[in-house]
Amino acid sequence: MDLENQKRVKEFHDQYGKEDLVVLLGAAEGEAAGLAAETVTLGDPTYAGPLAGVSLGLSVYHICEPEVKAEVDDAVYEEQISMMEMVLDVDDIISEMTAIRDQL
Amino acid sequence: MGGYAVLKGSSYTLAITPDMVLRSGTTQTTEKAVNPESEYLKELPKHLRSYEDAVSYLPNQVYIGNKTPEDLAAEEFPWYDKKTEGKREGKYGEIMPQDEFIGLIQICDVFDLVKLEKAFAKETGKKLAAHGLIGVERAAILDKNEDTQEEIAKLVKEEHAEPLYHDGKLVGAVKRAHDIDVNLSAHVMLENLVTKASSVLSLLHLVKTTGIDPSEIEYVIDCCEEACGDMNQRGGGNFAKAAAEVAGLVNATGSDARGFCAGPAHALLNAASLVKAGTFKAVAVTAGGCTAKLGMNGKDHVKKDMPILEDAIAGFSVLITADDGVSPQIRTDIVGKHTVGTGSSPQAVIGSLVTNPLDEAGLKLTDIDKFSPEMQNPDITKPAGAGDVPEANYKMIAALGVKRGEIERKAIPQFVKDHGLTGWAPTQGHIPSGVPYLGFAREDMLAGKIKRAMIIGKGSLFLGRMTNLFDGVSFVIEANDGSGAGETAGIDEGRIKELIGEAMREFAGSLLSK
Amino acid sequence: MALLKDKKVVIIGDRDGIPGPAIEECAKSAGAEVVFSSTECFV
Repeated sequence: MDLENQKRVKEFHDQYGKEDLVVLLGAAEGEAAGLAAETVTLGDPTYAGPLAGVSLGLSVYHICEPEVKAEVDDAVYEEQISMMEMVLDVDDIISEMTAIRDQL
Repeated sequence: MGGYAVLKGSSYTLAITPDMVLRSGTTQTTEKAVNPESEYLKELPKHLRSYEDAVSYLPNQVYIGNKTPEDLAAEEFPWYDKKTEGKREGKYGEIMPQDEFIGLIQICDVFDLVKLEKAFAKETGKKLAAHGLIGVERAAILDKNEDTQEEIAKLVKEEHAEPLYHDGKLVGAVKRAHDIDVNLSAHVMLENLVTKASSVLSLLHLVKTTGIDPSEIEYVIDCCEEACGDMNQRGGGNFAKAAAEVAGLVNATGSDARGFCAGPAHALLNAASLVKAGTFKAVAVTAGGCTAKLGMNGKDHVKKDMPILEDAIAGFSVLITADDGVSPQIRTDIVGKHTVGTGSSPQAVIGSLVTNPLDEAGLKLTDIDKFSPEMQNPDITKPAGAGDVPEANYKMIAALGVKRGEIERKAIPQFVKDHGLTGWAPTQGHIPSGVPYLGFAREDMLAGKIKRAMIIGKGSLFLGRMTNLFDGVSFVIEANDGSGAGETAGIDEGRIKELIGEAMREFAGSLLSK
Repeated sequence: MALLKDKKVVIIGDRDGIPGPAIEECAKSAGAEVVFSSTECFV
């Protein structure tokens, strides 16, 4: 994850606390989604950014995961995301995201 | 349909610059700043390829035209662990080694900022003097270098000069152009001279591949992603004219067009419109590459024990002229644009760039034989978690077709195969954006293999922090039916026959060279 | 318990996946407050 984005995530965590904060991802691939999820939960696995060695344990989902989709207005989801469900490997994204959350 | 500007030819060049990966790529310079003792920095040098390996890398051979996108699609993925028969010279350009490219940087420097170590300069000068497109006259400047390595090291240590390395040895430096102005710092000057040199190399090849008299080019549009200027006008410009000067385009002026990765598509539309309007008869669109993106995804490549594939400074140039009755036409009336009001959902983006212009022209998605969106090499992007970018674009186009009821969902893979291309371009931002296909598109249209192609440029404007908007423009190129040549060019029938003959010979020549 | 309703949301979109502003629209429709939205670019 971009270093500046890591910094901002950390700042928002410190400001709002972990209970009130959710991170939503739009990564193109399962692996990238998993890495970003790992960064905001267990810490930056590349040890490059402000979240290296920092375990924020934030709640994190990809926008294409069913739990998130269920809460989004149907018409909005249809307009903004639905086409990409045909493009992205949603199953792979779900399994990578679940694997990270299971470690929490 | 006649009277449109035509695609007269294009050139593509690479310079393999492994030492610049280490010292100028932002992934590496950032790592040195935040984590100087990192494993990545220790491992990285072991993953750099030799020049020969980079030449025998299939995607690079496709870029310069010795192999085709079809050859690439037929090769089993991944490609980095395989070698192909590689040549330095290609139908569209060349792959230049780092030492000669450093020499070319000095040739492109008109402010005496580049200092090269004497022995290195002498050796390199000989090579450039023997280079068919550079020659003795341009290379003569290298003989004027008198500095020793110690003197150059002193410039780096005491004068904030940016070092130039070759094979791990200090061989030169770029001095700062101003003591205080950060826009003229040694770092920025190196970045800009690299861009200029790679643009010049491509322009020289454009003149060669098209056979145009350099004095006939009237306007040049540069569409790279760098900015040149000083503290009072940071992006003042003008890379286009600076490169045109070195390339000997004596009758050209020019300007810079910018739009992140969408820059080339914007520039081509500008060029085609200037020609169609009759303002200029021959316009070149050109761009050099960028040092910053060298090794951009290096961490993932090293982690996966791959070579650093982002080791090339790329460039391209395209010549747009008045209708010759033969070359593919640029349909400046079938244009897609992502507007301020379009929105950023992928379906809105693809709709604005692909289906909206086709609807207006009464064309279906399947009327476009090939789409050329962002042609990034998936060998580079897949291991980095960015996926196969061209394939994702094709799937998006097909998926929108499904939503519109034009394509069946299960037909998406077939649409991707039939109307798509396998990506081969280096991840240098603007370089992969639509334009790498122009060379092959022209050939395939002249050969009657395809009728229409759509070039799509997309740009991440939000990276500049001036807007959160995305951007993009697209246009259709179409095989020339010869009916409108007289409308813009005033060419008689005899000349058309002559041009058709030339094109046939060119095509036959390309078949023979295979 | 709802994941998004009344939560503060940080969005890390992807230029070649789902860009930030598209996720923003979704989060707002679910009753969340978007405190930050960004789009990353790997190419």
